[in-house]
Amino acid sequence: MQDLSVITEWIHSFLSSFMPGWLTTTVECLLIGVGLLLVYALLALFYIYYERKLCAAFQCRLGPNRVGPMGLLQSFADMFKMLIKEIIHLNHIDRFLFALAPYLVILASMLAFAVLPWGNGLQVIDFNIGIFFLIAVSSIGVLGILLAGWSSNNKFTLIGSLRSGAQMVSYELSIGLSVITIVCLAGTMSVGGIVEEQSDLWFIFKGHVPAVIAFVIYMIAGTAETNRGPFDLPEAESELTAGYHTEYSGIHFGFFYLAEYLNLFIVSGVASLLFFGGWMPLHIPGWESFNVIMNYIPSVVWFLGKAFVLSFIIIWFKWTFPRLRIDQLLALEWKYLLPINLVNLVLMALIIVFGWHF
Amino acid sequence: MANITEKINKLFPGIPVEGENIPVLTVAEEKWHETALRLRDSEDLKMDYLVTIVGMDWKESLGCIYYLMSSAFNQVIGVKVIARGDREKPLIQSVADVWKVATLYEREVYDFFGIIFLDNPDMRRLFLNIDWVGYPLRKDYDENPEINPVSIENERQSDFTDVYSEDAAGNLVKKEVRVFEKEDFVVNIGPQHPATHGVLRFRTAVDGETVKKIDVYMGYIHRGVEKLCENLTYPQTLHFMDRLDYFSAHNYHHALCILIEKAAGIEISRRAQVIRVMMDELSRIASHCLFIGTYCMDLGATTMLFYTLRVREQILDIMEKTCGARMTFNYDCIGGVMADLDKDFVADVKALLEVIPKNIKEYNEIFTGNVIARNRLEGVGVLSREDAIAYAITGPSGRASGWACDMRKLQPYSIYSELDFEEVIAHEGDSMARFKCRLEEIEQSARILEQLVDNIPEGEYCVKVPKVLKLPAGSWFQLTEGCRGAFGLYLESDGSTKPYRLKIAPPCLPAAAVVDHLTRGEKIADLITIGGSLDYIVPDIDR
Repeated sequence: MQDLSVITEWIHSFLSSFMPGWLTTTVECLLIGVGLLLVYALLALFYIYYERKLCAAFQCRLGPNRVGPMGLLQSFADMFKMLIKEIIHLNHIDRFLFALAPYLVILASMLAFAVLPWGNGLQVIDFNIGIFFLIAVSSIGVLGILLAGWSSNNKFTLIGSLRSGAQMVSYELSIGLSVITIVCLAGTMSVGGIVEEQSDLWFIFKGHVPAVIAFVIYMIAGTAETNRGPFDLPEAESELTAGYHTEYSGIHFGFFYLAEYLNLFIVSGVASLLFFGGWMPLHIPGWESFNVIMNYIPSVVWFLGKAFVLSFIIIWFKWTFPRLRIDQLLALEWKYLLPINLVNLVLMALIIVFGWHF
Repeated sequence: MANITEKINKLFPGIPVEGENIPVLTVAEEKWHETALRLRDSEDLKMDYLVTIVGMDWKESLGCIYYLMSSAFNQVIGVKVIARGDREKPLIQSVADVWKVATLYEREVYDFFGIIFLDNPDMRRLFLNIDWVGYPLRKDYDENPEINPVSIENERQSDFTDVYSEDAAGNLVKKEVRVFEKEDFVVNIGPQHPATHGVLRFRTAVDGETVKKIDVYMGYIHRGVEKLCENLTYPQTLHFMDRLDYFSAHNYHHALCILIEKAAGIEISRRAQVIRVMMDELSRIASHCLFIGTYCMDLGATTMLFYTLRVREQILDIMEKTCGARMTFNYDCIGGVMADLDKDFVADVKALLEVIPKNIKEYNEIFTGNVIARNRLEGVGVLSREDAIAYAITGPSGRASGWACDMRKLQPYSIYSELDFEEVIAHEGDSMARFKCRLEEIEQSARILEQLVDNIPEGEYCVKVPKVLKLPAGSWFQLTEGCRGAFGLYLESDGSTKPYRLKIAPPCLPAAAVVDHLTRGEKIADLITIGGSLDYIVPDIDR
């Protein structure tokens, strides 16, 4: 398995050879920041294209096919449109909060990027509470949404953001519990550690029944967490026009839009980290030659590939199911997912104690 | 016919009954409310369905003709009531407590004729602005645009409604009543909103996610079709029918053609009859397909829209080949149809009939059986049979509540009595039943098409009618089945080339009015579910 940390180490030693320590750190931070921003933008553009093409396929359409070969440049065109659009200034709103909200939303998803295991040795920061950090920062997003709805001084956005608040706070429980289930199995909260633990077998196979249950719950809760159909009540188009971001325009709207797609990536990325080994190739104990062949596929490809496949499932949900109602949505979480999750956690603990996992 | 006249004579001795097809009683205003109750409650008549209220200006007097139908005996009668008082303040007793839908119908008459209905709980204008001067359907209305200039300011609106009543001394008392309570959180859903399917506005008082009350605000697409028709010759009035409920353009056109042909005594050829009925049923399939698609989209299942539009597009292609249009066809005309069928018509319809069952199966797989869809629809917005009749909810929505109200069966027109099809009836009365009724009606319409597609007789498609068409003096009433329910037309002629009064009774107006009744205490999301399942078309409401 090629270790990409060689490259980062080389950059580090190259920079520190002629710079003092503090400057090296600053320059590295800047490089990583710029790199992440680029990845962020490119991923968002890719996701917009990916969803549009998939949705078109589900609906017997072609999707974008005019701008560039196979419509590949359509997302870029959309991005430029978004960038040069006028930001409409509204009266009677809380200007500061109104402007702050999109940044909070986008900040949350950007911070989550810091701990994603992009590849072997390609991770911004790997510390002992990595997964905990991830859950913590993704909760900032809901604050942005609440602020957006509140500061717009519009009844529709207010209802949308309150729905969103209720929904995200509820479903974070499920996400947290299914993450804990896997953390039990891994024995560590460090993202690097979780990936390393899966070097012989992915957790979804290792933890069999409870891991599969945790995965299903995670996917449902993750879809709700990203405000996507069938859980897209906060922006239920037919009820609340565009929900909490009705009043936003131009790049501020663009931030919400980007954050939505990036959250989709983060949710599927975390799912691949927890259940499918992150960047870890598919290894099966005993099949040595198979494992070696799998190692030839670069780790970044493994990670992105898994994330895209899992995103496909979430996109599939959206374009197939009708939307739930707010009371049904909350009932699903509190009456079904939460109890199942708690039982599942106990089950996982038992399995670990008695060593029934693979 | 003789039977019903006898019944009426027995029940109300001394009340004059006239009319050829539909008996019309003349009731004195003082006795109207009491008579209405007896008409509704008497065992022999059971006139529980108020079809429409036709406001009339007979120049020397103002008044109304109430068309009533019995859901049990399937008989239609008219009741003529002449307003008391002068033209300044004509008065009629309200029957809002007898037939629930009358609240709204009386508002419409008030809006156009200025007749005040005593004790109607909501006596506001319905379609026109609150500061409109004059009553446009009166014969002495001043059309001078300076009196009612086009406003470029925000629409004025009031939080109050009026209730008129008479005190013991016989004086008219006006009371102002709040529409909503003072501290209600009122959200405007519409006029520009994706789920109202047009420019309709629901002023919705909500308590959190729960709907407390809805005030339906109409008139954004009011074009005054009834008024316009009074200045046009009979063939010219036809094309307005396409623009009411644009998804049942053929059906509405057909209705007015039947009415004028009946009045003028024109017999049309068998070929034209068959063509008209086939076009009606094709429209019905296309309309229901669009309903299913947009309804699923309202509920968040966008993909269904494309699946249903596939079928609809195929039908529109068929129509385009024959009629040359995909939306406002203007195909039926007095005496038959405008043009002969396209040479591909039969083959195209057969191809359509082949794909319909496959598509319906697919719709059921992707949506009807889906657990989320069932949770969203089942038991939501339950409309009882009694309420369906009282609120005059006809069409598939009424049949979903167990009321057999298909005018193709009850009042057969054209060749429907010869055709073999079933009336789709469900008894749950919820949104799911309304959805399924429409789905099954597609199958029944396909069945009608199957019977006709190989049996289109030869012959002329349009008989000769006089270039200048004059109808004899008199009045006629016709009920037909549009895609969304019973479509009533009242025509009064004074013997000239233009109608003296053409009243359109659309099925969508009561459907919009019942939303308040159905959504109280439900969630905001259910407002979309219920409103969508009633499938109203706003231009049909506003006319």
